[in-house]
Amino acid sequence: MSILINKDTKVLVQGITGSVGLFHTQQMLEYGTKIVAGVTPGKGRTTIEGVPVFNTVVDAVKATGANVSIIYVPPAFAADAIMEAVEGELDLAICITEGIPVLDMVNVRRYMEGKKTRLIGPNCPGVITPEECKIGIMPGYIHRKGHVGVVSRSGTLTYEAVHQLTNAGIGQSTAVGIGGDPVNGTNFIDVLKLFNEDKDTYAVIMIGEIGGTAEEEAAQWVKANMTKPVVGFIGGQTAPPGKRMGHAGAIISGGKGTAAEKIKTMNENGIKVAETPAVMGETLVSVLKEKGLLEKCITHK
Amino acid sequence: MNIHEYQGKEILRNYSVSVPKGIVAFSVEEAEEASKELGTAVTVVKAQIHAGGRGKAGGVKVARNLEEVRAYAGEILGKCLVTHQTGPEGKVVKRLLIEEGCNIKKEYYIGMVLDRSTSRVVMMGSEEGGTEIEEVAEHTPEKIFKEIVDPVVGLQGFQARRLAFNINIPPELVGKAVKFMLGLYRVFVEKDCSIAEINPLVVTAEGDVMALDAKFNFDSNALYRHQDILAYRDLDEEDPKEIAASEYDLSYISLDGNIGCMVNGAGLAMATMDIIKHYGGDPANFLDVGGGATAQKVTEAFKIILSDQNVKGIFVNIFGGIMKCDIIAEGIIEATKQVGLELPLVVRLEGTNVELGKKMLNNSGLNIVTANSMADGAEKIVSLLNL
Repeated sequence: MSILINKDTKVLVQGITGSVGLFHTQQMLEYGTKIVAGVTPGKGRTTIEGVPVFNTVVDAVKATGANVSIIYVPPAFAADAIMEAVEGELDLAICITEGIPVLDMVNVRRYMEGKKTRLIGPNCPGVITPEECKIGIMPGYIHRKGHVGVVSRSGTLTYEAVHQLTNAGIGQSTAVGIGGDPVNGTNFIDVLKLFNEDKDTYAVIMIGEIGGTAEEEAAQWVKANMTKPVVGFIGGQTAPPGKRMGHAGAIISGGKGTAAEKIKTMNENGIKVAETPAVMGETLVSVLKEKGLLEKCITHK
Repeated sequence: MNIHEYQGKEILRNYSVSVPKGIVAFSVEEAEEASKELGTAVTVVKAQIHAGGRGKAGGVKVARNLEEVRAYAGEILGKCLVTHQTGPEGKVVKRLLIEEGCNIKKEYYIGMVLDRSTSRVVMMGSEEGGTEIEEVAEHTPEKIFKEIVDPVVGLQGFQARRLAFNINIPPELVGKAVKFMLGLYRVFVEKDCSIAEINPLVVTAEGDVMALDAKFNFDSNALYRHQDILAYRDLDEEDPKEIAASEYDLSYISLDGNIGCMVNGAGLAMATMDIIKHYGGDPANFLDVGGGATAQKVTEAFKIILSDQNVKGIFVNIFGGIMKCDIIAEGIIEATKQVGLELPLVVRLEGTNVELGKKMLNNSGLNIVTANSMADGAEKIVSLLNL
């Protein structure tokens, strides 16, 4: 088991003929992801990499039964692409695009209210269920199938965590990048809920960073609801206030969103926080040992 | 992107939002001309820099005649203002706003930001105008009132009225305050602001409701659709290293330490700064080279890092991901040669072909130390600097 995506997921790529979209389509196909359709307006009725291309999402869904979309559309057009995926009633839309204007995302979120589709991202590496389905830009080979869930606001820091887990012999159930923007489709709590309900996930690593209060809210949710151990890491302990650290959402403003505050709240709510990014894996191992879960989580040598 | 107060007021004026009459001046002569043109009994001479706290630092003066305008303009232009927002090095004043004085009866606060928890825009108001809103939030949070805006219909009249009544705007002026708020909301959404702050909003003896100060920050991701806002950019107010970085699509922020960092990915870049600090070092910058760490990008990144005189060593931390480590290693070797790097350089690579990448770095004949993990790399660069 896993969350969000698995070997039966049928994937649609929005922006499949662009250079980024095409490159990652090839990578995903190589990983074994079932890509059933692509959408590029004006390129309908062609095929690329053996994948049929359609003019609209609705056409593609009708013809192929795709249930998850991945969006590699440039920032100026990405909000439109997300709404088209929502209109197409997909289960899940994953938006990789970085640099979407915040107010566009405010409108997208409003448009999505009461609709079926869940959005992951934008500005995220995507979602992977190891050895089954990779939808995103992450390097597939660092992952191993297993029982630890990973949820993160940052891309490369997720790779770092997964790499540490895999090196320690611990596979992952699903790794979800929720993205580094201030307005996104899915937050920590949404993903933690899914991991909590997934019987094959035994523990979770949650990787946050400065800005906003999503980590604090998640920590309180964990204490009240989570039946599985959660460990964490917060990036940006040395970041100065008022400066946007790359991600649009990674900014300490008005004294809010500091790493110290987040770490304190996480600790108070029973989430052990790794002191440095180099010991995210070790921290999880120590907690698994404590809970008697380590044996169950070891998946390979 | 930040802009100056006078530019912010220009935008407000275009949206019929009330502001005092004012003219920008780049010299004492222009200041004098501006004051004559305004023809008011009292003029205010205001330093224009991208930082708050100007009044306390001596950057805002009230002049009662032309002589005083001249004197104050001469005094403030070229002065280095140090406020709580400029950092200890301060900012040199190159522009002035010459503005009509007004008869302030009471000061209020109006601000707009994105509310991350609801993913909507929020307008905030308080009758504690003129003070830092963070302080009000900390000591008397009950004095801050909020209106969350539904993007489908925008800020509604009833919301603006409720806010005006909540912050105790005199009842006879609520109509004017509402017009002000609705105009400010339009500016915020039509110009893609990320912050709009009017502190203070004033009620005058003559019964006007106007913005005495205006602070705007714009969403840099949306600037492509606002050429008019982009034209307000003042490069004098920005760190030259950050400007150079933005030209090459690198995300760079100056810090105070001596270890230059080059990392791919914003989260990993922040975490790299953290781990350097953990091992007793001090990062000189945040630098995200993005996904494609090509030779050209690495070269430009090195140049920017090296233009900081404080830098005594560099730590490169790249999680290759889909890019292969041998290609990244080639880029680093090429860049090191091109910039003639002499400072200690520690490189940590991870990803496909990592062993080949490391071998290439070790055999390059250059002064490059390779590291096996980010902790190992951070320890190595810190100990190299402490030799």
